Amino acid sequence: MINFDNVSKTYPHQNRAALENVNLSIDKGEFVFLVGPSGSGKSTFLRLILKEERPTGGQIHVAGKDLARIANWKVPHLRRRIGCVFQDFRLLPNKNVYQNVAFALEVIGKNRRFIRRVVPEVIDLVGLEGKHDRMPNELSGGEQQRVAVARAFVNRPMILLADEPTGNIDPATSIGIMKVLDRINRTGTTVVMATHDAAIVDSMRKRVIEVEYGKIIRDQVRGVYGQNSY
Amino acid sequence: MRSNFVLQEIWIGLRRNLTMTVALIVVVAISLSMLGTGVLFIQQVNQTKSYWQSRVEISVYLCTANSANQNCKGAATPAQVDGIRQTLSSMPQVQYAKYQSQQQAYSLFKQYFANDSSYVNTVSQNEMPSSFEVKLKNPSTDYNVVASAVTGKAGVDSVIDEMTILNKFYKLLGGLQNGVFIVALILIVAAVLLVGNTIRLSAFNRRRETGIMRLVGASNLYIQMPFLLEGIIAGLIGWVIASVLLIGVKSLLLNELQQYFSYNVGLSTMDLVEVIGLAMLVAIVLCGVTSFVTLRRYLRI
Repeated sequence: MINFDNVSKTYPHQNRAALENVNLSIDKGEFVFLVGPSGSGKSTFLRLILKEERPTGGQIHVAGKDLARIANWKVPHLRRRIGCVFQDFRLLPNKNVYQNVAFALEVIGKNRRFIRRVVPEVIDLVGLEGKHDRMPNELSGGEQQRVAVARAFVNRPMILLADEPTGNIDPATSIGIMKVLDRINRTGTTVVMATHDAAIVDSMRKRVIEVEYGKIIRDQVRGVYGQNSY
Repeated sequence: MRSNFVLQEIWIGLRRNLTMTVALIVVVAISLSMLGTGVLFIQQVNQTKSYWQSRVEISVYLCTANSANQNCKGAATPAQVDGIRQTLSSMPQVQYAKYQSQQQAYSLFKQYFANDSSYVNTVSQNEMPSSFEVKLKNPSTDYNVVASAVTGKAGVDSVIDEMTILNKFYKLLGGLQNGVFIVALILIVAAVLLVGNTIRLSAFNRRRETGIMRLVGASNLYIQMPFLLEGIIAGLIGWVIASVLLIGVKSLLLNELQQYFSYNVGLSTMDLVEVIGLAMLVAIVLCGVTSFVTLRRYLRI
């Protein structure tokens, strides 16, 4: 599903590489934790998958396509197959729960009937049934993140990228979010989650990839967060 | 693409920075009407010029029975008329010299002032001078040669170059036209900057939305369209106001010129429509291109 072949990325005006000769392969339906200290290259990794950044070396394949060969105008189509969740939720404050989720479908031109059918399903899936009309400021952090997850998943992407989705949420609520991500993973969606949350990583027992200074230093099938505490 | 979604976005954008939008519309309106006025002036000058160029350039008026000129001793005699005709037609610079009798002059006079019977009633046929209407081969250079050849000849009352009268008018219009174009140019620069700023503000105001749109894979066109249309719609509103102003310029200012001319110098409605059409094109290109260029810089896609 995601293939990195000797990928390096150095940002302009910087000497140190953000990623250096990264080789890895993530299969369809996998759940992968990406751990490592801040600035280790986790976010760069996610941005490369979205083609928000271009690698300075190596090849990236996502869903069987070589990213370097995707024309700029086709990048939106790539992104439709990848859902994204962030630490800061990124909801639209002037739209309610339903509208926030529906927005993701409206802007890619889905018809209204489809939207009316699919959006409530996804809102139920993330556990926000009955809260369609709430505005983001009326929701707790955990609930806001659920909306964000619903929005990322509503178009049934093949891959869900989560960049520290529990970073702003207390541990008890985080478990709820992880359950939602796990549920999404069980539908066959590949989930890649960058995190600092040792407790979550340890409890989930999924594949763990540890990055440090732009290099993969550990890749464990049923891993834990690790000895280092960041 | 869902058009009501796009329309909603445009409306939100235009309303959100209302002051910028109003400023933009006003500047576009004024710059376009200035530009249009300049073009109307050019058309007006061309209209009157082409009328004159096909007509007489020098009129040689002959003495009448009661000419005030001391050179005249009574009306010009047939011998004098023949002499003048020979002088004129022997000159290589003259294309033709046409004699106009008092009777012909009077009937033309009646025709020109048909609307104003008080003129016609106070002038009799005997008071209308007969004349030679001289067409020059090269009006701009040969005037002095021909004029001095006949001035002071027996029977000649006065020699009038109609171009010198008109040139004053052309100079005035030309000056106005240049002034208007300079102001228009400055305002267009201001308009371009304003469009750029408005779109930039708009893009900044909606960076959350556009960020999410980009993330969920909305196409570039879909993301940019509301901004582009926002610029173009503001430009078109400005254009509508400019059109009203241009209609005013034509009907209030240029049509007033008519009263100083005894023949039709008025611009047709078609001329006005042409200018307004040109203004629309300028509005769309100006706002569209500026919005597009601004978006490329400030809206990451």
